[in-house]
Amino acid sequence: MSERVVYLDHAATTYVKPEVLEEMLPYFSEKFGNPSSIYSLGRETKKAVEEARDRVAAALGAESREIFFTGSGTEADNWAIKGAAYANRKKGNHIITTAIEHHAVLHTCQYLESEGFEVTYLPVDENGLVSPQQVADAIRPDTVLVSIMFANNEIGTIQPIAEIGKITREKGVIFHTDAVQAVGNVHINVKNMNIDMLSLSAHKFYGPKGVGALYIRKGIKVTNFLHGGAQERGRRASTENIAGIVGLGKAIELATANIDAYNKKLIELRDRTIDEVMKRIPYVRLNGDRYKRLPGNVNFSFEFIEGESLLLMLDMKGIAASSGSACTSGSLDPSHVLLAIGLPHEIAHGSLRITFGEENTQEDVDYLLEVLPDIVGRLREMSPLYEKVKRGEKNV
Amino acid sequence: MYSQKVMDHFMNPRNVGEIPDADGIGEVGNAKCGDIMKMYLKIENNIIVDAKFKTFGCGAAVATSSMATEMVKGKTIEEALAITNKAVAEALDGLPPIKMHCSNLAEEAIKAAIEDYMRKNGKSGNGNGSCGVCCRKCEDVHSQYEE
Ligand SMILES: Cc1ncc(COP(=O)(O)O)c(C=O)c1O
Repeated sequence: MSERVVYLDHAATTYVKPEVLEEMLPYFSEKFGNPSSIYSLGRETKKAVEEARDRVAAALGAESREIFFTGSGTEADNWAIKGAAYANRKKGNHIITTAIEHHAVLHTCQYLESEGFEVTYLPVDENGLVSPQQVADAIRPDTVLVSIMFANNEIGTIQPIAEIGKITREKGVIFHTDAVQAVGNVHINVKNMNIDMLSLSAHKFYGPKGVGALYIRKGIKVTNFLHGGAQERGRRASTENIAGIVGLGKAIELATANIDAYNKKLIELRDRTIDEVMKRIPYVRLNGDRYKRLPGNVNFSFEFIEGESLLLMLDMKGIAASSGSACTSGSLDPSHVLLAIGLPHEIAHGSLRITFGEENTQEDVDYLLEVLPDIVGRLREMSPLYEKVKRGEKNV
Repeated sequence: MYSQKVMDHFMNPRNVGEIPDADGIGEVGNAKCGDIMKMYLKIENNIIVDAKFKTFGCGAAVATSSMATEMVKGKTIEEALAITNKAVAEALDGLPPIKMHCSNLAEEAIKAAIEDYMRKNGKSGNGNGSCGVCCRKCEDVHSQYEE
């Protein structure tokens, strides 16, 4: 193994910042009270939850009573989509989403199809963008919900959320956005952007895993997802994950306070990586929009090689990254996002996602640029597809 | 998720390359599914005297190719044909269950290369020299992004 470790997979998850951890710790020990309890130990944790709620609301431009804590980004997506679909069934049973959503949204929509709902999966262009016009054209009198992700977790494409929000608001259709990858990377204001529901997850912005939140605009009808006690003002039962909620609150406050400096730094790392890799390695393509993309996201396809092999070799050099290749599961198809932007299967198999974060430096990029061309070269020398190219049998 | 032996054969694959005057060449798999294995055999007096491969695929695909070429070297054709996917996987101290299809590919590649040899030498009428994708298909969507 390499002695050097370079973590380039921040879209998968981030570490917990020390300031965040510090605020969380007392809630595992001395401040352990149940917020529903009447005595002071309970009131103390109740207050902590409400402070965290205020911080989330401030970060999104929402009101505190519009924020509901959940157990994850996945739960927030499930709740928003199933909740809005079931609560508005009298109006209709049509849902609009996109072909490149995270599985937390896609599989929820597929489940609703099995429950009798009709779902339109909007296609995206070659950069992974949906157009507001596509949304406008897809809305029907029986449409109850539009769910479109703010930013894509694989290729980083940022959607025209404000423009879409304008259309859905005019047409009176509920608009949900999965902003799990966007929070802390993109300026968000749910009021200005006409967003009705928004999902987020703490572990993508240096908060803990297993805690998220759903913003539900006042007046939007959503059925409950978890039934039980009266927590979260009767909307989401479960004794609160106090430490997690506190951590989420602190993390979102830090993330939004530092967003401009953070973006600037990540964009420098991203752009240099994109430019240099494309200069140094032949037969490579950048997946996703060159500019409308998350500041820390790079996604390449290297032709003639397969992604898992690439990840294993990078791992031997201490570099942690991701791929959209078909692997680790019993199935053989590559990422639905890469296929949706029109990549042929064999090129989608050779994808590499690099996502930068707080602790990365230009030295990390130097190191990546030092090892990546060799690794790609080695795998190509092993590849029967590349052999054909060298012999001129295969058109590229 | 991989055994040390798999990682060793992945990081230091044996017998990578081509044999320009190979007696039998077998190519199996499908780029669409994410793996292609091409095996070259040199055969003298019914004995496999050299084997090389080129593979496009995941870590397990490379490691099984490497192991399969090691296993066939020095074997008679009949012995090589008797090598099963399980034997290749066992020689690598096992593969994760979801990667077992890669060992099928290795077995198929050996068979395809031998079939090619037999056909060229008028020894066999059956088969078309390559199993291609007949043994597997791309099913179900899943990718390996950690999300
Ligand atoms: C876009 C997107 N939505 C939803 C999720 C799910 O969030 P969680 O891991 O908190 O369930 C993720 C990542 O995991 C994501 O990237």
